[in-house]
Amino acid sequence: MELRYDLAVIGGGPAGMAAALRARERGVERIIILERAEKLGGILEQCIHTGFGLHYFGEELSGPEYAGRFIKEVEKTDIDVRTDTMVLSIGEDNTVTAVNKKDGVLKIHATAVILAMGCRERPRGALQMAGTRPSGVMTAGTAQKYVNIDGYMPGHKVVILGSGDIGLIMARRMTLEGAEVKMVCEIMPYSGGLTRNIVQCLNDFGIPLHLSTTVVSTHGRDRLEGVTIAKVDERMQPIPGTEEYVECDTLMLSVGLIPENELSVAAGVELDRVTRGAVVTEMRETTKSGVFACGNVLQVHDLVDFVTMEAQTAGEGAAAYIRDRSAFDGAEYIFTKTGPGVRYIVPQKVNIHAPEDVKLFFRVGAIYKNARIVVKADGERISDKKHVRLTPGEMENVTIKRDTLKHLSPDSILSVEVEE
Amino acid sequence: MIYDAAIIGAGVTGAMTARALSKYDVSVVLIEKENDVAMGATKANSAICHAGFDAATGTLKAKLNVRGCEMMAGVCKELNVPYKNNGSLVLAFTDEEVETLGTLYDRGVANGVKGMRIVERDELLKMEPNLNPEVKAALLAETAGIVCPYELTIAAAECAASNGVEFLRNAEVVSVEYKDGRYFIGTSAGTVEAKLVINAAGVHAAEVARMMGDDSFEIIPRKGEYFVLDRNVGGLVSRVIFQCPTVMGKGILVTPTVDGNLLIGPTSLDVPDCEDVSTTWEGLEDVKRLAAKSVPAASSRDAITSFSGVRAHGSSGDFVIGRSAACPGLINAACIESPGLSAAPAIAEAVEQIFLDACEVRPALKEKYDTGRPAPVRFRHLTDEQREELIARDPAYGRIVCRCETVTEGEIRDAITGPTGARDVDGVKRRTRAGMGRCQGGFCGSKVLEILAQELELPYNAITKFGRDSKIIYERTK
Repeated sequence: MELRYDLAVIGGGPAGMAAALRARERGVERIIILERAEKLGGILEQCIHTGFGLHYFGEELSGPEYAGRFIKEVEKTDIDVRTDTMVLSIGEDNTVTAVNKKDGVLKIHATAVILAMGCRERPRGALQMAGTRPSGVMTAGTAQKYVNIDGYMPGHKVVILGSGDIGLIMARRMTLEGAEVKMVCEIMPYSGGLTRNIVQCLNDFGIPLHLSTTVVSTHGRDRLEGVTIAKVDERMQPIPGTEEYVECDTLMLSVGLIPENELSVAAGVELDRVTRGAVVTEMRETTKSGVFACGNVLQVHDLVDFVTMEAQTAGEGAAAYIRDRSAFDGAEYIFTKTGPGVRYIVPQKVNIHAPEDVKLFFRVGAIYKNARIVVKADGERISDKKHVRLTPGEMENVTIKRDTLKHLSPDSILSVEVEE
Repeated sequence: MIYDAAIIGAGVTGAMTARALSKYDVSVVLIEKENDVAMGATKANSAICHAGFDAATGTLKAKLNVRGCEMMAGVCKELNVPYKNNGSLVLAFTDEEVETLGTLYDRGVANGVKGMRIVERDELLKMEPNLNPEVKAALLAETAGIVCPYELTIAAAECAASNGVEFLRNAEVVSVEYKDGRYFIGTSAGTVEAKLVINAAGVHAAEVARMMGDDSFEIIPRKGEYFVLDRNVGGLVSRVIFQCPTVMGKGILVTPTVDGNLLIGPTSLDVPDCEDVSTTWEGLEDVKRLAAKSVPAASSRDAITSFSGVRAHGSSGDFVIGRSAACPGLINAACIESPGLSAAPAIAEAVEQIFLDACEVRPALKEKYDTGRPAPVRFRHLTDEQREELIARDPAYGRIVCRCETVTEGEIRDAITGPTGARDVDGVKRRTRAGMGRCQGGFCGSKVLEILAQELELPYNAITKFGRDSKIIYERTK
């Protein structure tokens, strides 16, 4: 089946919905959202805990409630939604090929495409974990689906590796369901999760967090029977003699999220080596003309509120592109540069003729206390702000004024760095 | 029912033998202690079809390897199993190793291997630009190839079953008695009676032989550990890259797989427990270090999983294939370590002959039999037109369950149906690749569980990862 749209949005989670809605507000007429799951909402559907929406709605919502507000908005419009639909490829001319049970193979000719596929969890295989390969080793998100969506217990004695937010949330969830959560182990000397989750999910339940500790091997032939944990040195290598056996039937992994960019790469979109998301402009346009990206497929966010805001930027970008793509051709870009202490910056490219102020999002590479975030344009300090605490687990941002950008040339260097 | 033959062990040897015997007008049962075929060394090896220059001239290993390698392409074609004749290289980094290449070449010639030659450094680096530039020369063997060992076994078992061979799973053999001219094989799933027993029990073959009074060989379990790397580095090399062999085996190799991943390994360590398929920190470190010697860019950073397998190393060093001297009703196909996969078609052919000679009355061929199996649907390899047609016929092929490997619900349902079909999540994975990709089943695992439960008419929480007590989920939440 061949279809013609102005905008095809790949992914119907919070990013895809917000992007589509904003594009519609900006006058884009024919929009389609392609969602691989049975319904819109994305991963929020299994996040039944609260804490969503504080920044965007100014109130605390559960995941399904947060998603629900956007689903309702989408339903009010005539944006086409195809669920249970998997996108297989994005062609050179932004033709999206997708498949589902009802329509068979769909060829969607779109002027612009927004990538909003989200991210996936790093599995066990990506870690060097020795031992047996029994059942009972799963990512925290998979366990969350079994508990919250399917309503089954994935185990009873749990060790969690990785202090990412999903792991912390699952520590609390499993405890509430009557399981014994023995500990959370984190290979880094600090937690990768939000401070509020450490407090509300571990401390409040007396679950110990072991830093600089990892799981070196798994035991048990059929179902997991235990794990061996060990302290690690500065190079994250296990320290001999610190091994300890912990009896458990479940090991949940919360060891990082990876943007799902296989489609993007196959379509020729250039990725950032650090974020593993696309290299984008301030409008979230990728290196492929007319293809935009937002949400966790672009950079892994801590909070859905920021996903929504980023998606709205992408929606505006796509709307502008659909309206008049020649404006994009005339853009002059400078590259943002990570200075000392900064791991990455999104966007990687900024149009110096940008009509509005531009926010740069970034993460630091270590924990800092009483440090300064300094932005420099061609070596000149244009902003300087003191922070009591900076951690890799929390995304930071700085705003670059439109007037500042105006005075830069394409060869200028715009850098963000940490000063101790 | 008294079977004409009972084959113990549904690894590649047992399944290929079952396929060979299924042509004849005889009753055959294939007995497996696990929940699926290909559960032992068959699913955890290098997935190579060796050319045949490694084994000492005159041994069964040498003879059956060369013959098996000749047969492999044809067998894979009949069974619709992916096979690629990509050739192999043994690398030499020192003058001493260059001499070893000469020895291997001479042995290959003596074993009857065709298409070998020594390649010098410059040509070598043109053929395989990602090799360690310190390499001096290599032995090229054009007949070597790669094959998916469990898919070959699954296909052979399906073929055998379509010709009437019965498959008995979760049946661990615990005793064998001879009475009234037949063997009573006691298994955990009941007693099976058979006139002849074919022992293809892999690492357990010596135990099975002993149950029947044959203690002529021992098996020394020898463990090998591997990493599987992501497809995005699957093209680092196009051939199978070996290092010079040592006493313990053929050393660490780097090879593409037929599915486009890169495989690095194995280590080689004798272990006391033949069921010990755990990986070790030290072993995986060795794999990383030694693989980098051949192909510096082959890094565990791209690992999507690691695994280990236990090879059935025989006490004599050679395969043990033939009628047992101690027990006339026993045919051994034992001590099948490398090059057991390469030799599998030839081992099956040899056992077929031994079986025919052992029968009181030489059996006739069946009037109708099939030596192949129909090609399974592989959605990811189809054109859009073929996909349209397929979905129009059955909409289940329009729902992608495994996003990393593009596997549809229809393919998963197909994998479960049939007498030798998948009964657990790993079985679906081996048949369809669902869960075999980058996310390792993170997203599709629960959907596969659901489809298995529907097809097998079992409760959702009764489905296992690989049989026995490998439960995935337990009771309902509060």
